[in-house]
Amino acid sequence: MSLLEITGLSVSIAGKPILRNVDLSVAKGEIVAVTGESGSGKSMTAFSVMQLLPENAEIGGAIQLDGTELTALPEAQLCAMRGARIGMVFQEPMSALNPVKTIGDQVVETILIHGALPRDQARAHAHEMLSRVGLPPDQFSPTRFPHELSGGQRQRVVIAMAIALRPDLLIADEPTTALDVTTQAQILDLLKGLVSEFDMGLLMITHDLAVVSDMADRIVVMRAGEVVETGPTRQLFARMNHPYTRMLFEASRHSVELPEKHGAEALLSVQDVVRAYRLPRTKLFGPAEYHRAVDGVNFTLRKGERLGLVGESGCGKSTLTRAILGLEPVQGGQILLNDAPVYTERGADLAVRRGMQVVFQDPFGSFNPRHRVARLITEPYHLLDAPPTGAERADAIAEALRAVGLSPDDARKYIHEFSGGQRQRIAIARALIIKPDLILFDEAVSALDVSVRARILDLVAELCESHDLSYLFISHDLSVVRTITDRVLVMRAGRIVEEGETELVFSNPRHPYTQALIAAAPVLPDIDIDHRSHPHV
Amino acid sequence: MLRYTLKRLISLMLSLAVASLVIFAVIEIAPGDPAQFMLGVNAQPDTLAALRAELGLDTSKPDRYLAWVGGMLQGDFGTSYTYRTPVAGMIADRLWVSLPLTIYALVISILLAFPAGIYAASRRGRIGDAAMMGTTQLGVAIPNFWFAMMLVLVFAVNLRWFNAGGFPGWDKGLRTGLHALTLPAIALALPQASILARVMRSALLDVLGEDFMRTARAKGLSRGQAIWRHGLRNALIPVLTIIGLQVSFLLAGAIIIEQVFYLPGLGRLIFQAINARDLIVVESVVMLLVFVVITVNFMVDLAYAVVDPRLRTRT
Repeated sequence: MSLLEITGLSVSIAGKPILRNVDLSVAKGEIVAVTGESGSGKSMTAFSVMQLLPENAEIGGAIQLDGTELTALPEAQLCAMRGARIGMVFQEPMSALNPVKTIGDQVVETILIHGALPRDQARAHAHEMLSRVGLPPDQFSPTRFPHELSGGQRQRVVIAMAIALRPDLLIADEPTTALDVTTQAQILDLLKGLVSEFDMGLLMITHDLAVVSDMADRIVVMRAGEVVETGPTRQLFARMNHPYTRMLFEASRHSVELPEKHGAEALLSVQDVVRAYRLPRTKLFGPAEYHRAVDGVNFTLRKGERLGLVGESGCGKSTLTRAILGLEPVQGGQILLNDAPVYTERGADLAVRRGMQVVFQDPFGSFNPRHRVARLITEPYHLLDAPPTGAERADAIAEALRAVGLSPDDARKYIHEFSGGQRQRIAIARALIIKPDLILFDEAVSALDVSVRARILDLVAELCESHDLSYLFISHDLSVVRTITDRVLVMRAGRIVEEGETELVFSNPRHPYTQALIAAAPVLPDIDIDHRSHPHV
Repeated sequence: MLRYTLKRLISLMLSLAVASLVIFAVIEIAPGDPAQFMLGVNAQPDTLAALRAELGLDTSKPDRYLAWVGGMLQGDFGTSYTYRTPVAGMIADRLWVSLPLTIYALVISILLAFPAGIYAASRRGRIGDAAMMGTTQLGVAIPNFWFAMMLVLVFAVNLRWFNAGGFPGWDKGLRTGLHALTLPAIALALPQASILARVMRSALLDVLGEDFMRTARAKGLSRGQAIWRHGLRNALIPVLTIIGLQVSFLLAGAIIIEQVFYLPGLGRLIFQAINARDLIVVESVVMLLVFVVITVNFMVDLAYAVVDPRLRTRT
């Protein structure tokens, strides 16, 4: 008998079906991963188990925890069960904790509301739990507030809350998606250790197949609210019966062929760049202190070169990107594009700036929703002294849209009519329209589903062929940088710690930090799909 | 927290200094002779000269400013020209009515608004929410003097539970005093409560959508517990801002209600002083109101920091 047994689960919200006939089970001490792309219903499955669906949701089928039917349980009994028998960990550690309560109080609360222990013992137990997740009270005072902790530390607090009462089942909804790779590896290790120590069942929701293959005993693949394939991890990866599973796998390790680069002259030259921020004063008198977010960075990007920049959050890569774009002045060194300084005493030099365009991470936040696509992608025209008008402008718009695989007719539409992947194409069209010498991709594919990401990477590779692109590709995702760049810079705490041919750096990292990064990144099992016999479907 | 408080305190001092300069400048340096203005065009030359001497108009402007500020710091607000009594005493008398009335109205406003806002937010989109929002819409829309008159008609004239107006003074006992202020306080509080309830509702709805509310539910808290323990304090910031604004408004903006209920409050004092062209009183009362508004803002700033730990460490 399984610990958690979901049979024929269907959920619809406001009449729209979200889940269809989902079957799933988790045994004690077992890690079951639910995977799939956004909209596949994997998070909804988790919330169904917690019985925390939106109010207008209708639920059918059965969810049994140790033989107790959860869908029929009255709210009071569900409250008694949540937090005590089922714990949950969420995706966004930055917002999952109440900002106005101390972390200690928030862990204690789980224990107190279930009346598990008297107050003083609850506090001691909470401290024990915080120690267990790697936040010993003598080093991380439980009187701290969430904003005083890093993302990984906050996620540990959330985990401490979820396991405080030793639940039978732990649900983790994308627990490491918002974290850096090295932090991710630590959190995954922690979860794994807790599962075996407490003999819990772990239902883990994640879109990342590499994480899944490292962690899970069993995998459930979902698409559009339905389970398409399920099985023990090794078996499932070996068989991959369903084409969707194969597609996910292929897309996850998608690699592109970049055309040979040419040219040796320097396009972008970053020389001893320092970007320092003044810290809030800690003393009333005395000199102000500075934080060097970018600390003496040197590199050159040659014409036609595809350069990668990797590093974890806070390493200074976004700050460096803003400095290169001339959005902020630098405190030391200089940045030259085609031998001309990007930033002069009178601010960014627009004549130089027009040689650069940028594609941002968030396909939803980086467009004005009230403008049509034609206006959105011609925004860089304000950099030109004499922007094209009339038929010439219309042709340029059509050409840019065609280049990114969209139709010229799309120019009349508004941005909300497009999916995330299409929006990122429009962002690339916006960058291409004034034919810049250099494009900066700032985490440009990080918010996309794997299949969409694969197609955008293809597009970038095609544009390299057709438009002779030079770009700086900034990302925390090592596997993407590995395929889409010729050379890579590894950044840590404001400095470049390693630099070299991408393939060389990845196969033979020399700096300990690069080694740690590469070791921490979860990898897909090495399976050759093409040379593997699989049953026809 | 200490740094934060100090910073706020310095900003409070600076605001007061600037405000006093502006008030002084507007009243004393504005074109025309204040004494002439106060006495009117038909004033006798010797009366005018006497008033000019009394106002110190024969001394230099900086001297006059320093004397005015210095006097206020020692509690000397000058002597009212119309009533021939010290302004400080007049203000104190009126404050004894206006301040309790303000606090009374504020308490009623909060007591009505918090439950109403919380109730509406927790029933978002349902009939209870719609009814509550409809009611507060009415509360905002109804002119408070009309509402005050209705209160008088129903509770004073018909039911005879309260007096229709007037204030017997606190020496008749706390109960009698509060009794006399009840109808005016309700009339003042209703629109404020309606605004506050709407702010409370929307602030709480914003918080209800936050991830940590879902975390609270996943811990096993019921909906109500989650709102009470995690939602309210986070929703308080915008609510505190509105409360701060309301204190200032209630203290000085009660002129019409004071008129309807015939209460000897600050609003009426300033109204009478303006009619009588008694610039000494006007100047002092305006400075006092500015002082109150700035001080209340200071306290709201401190309250923010108490509610939200993130503000304590920020500069």
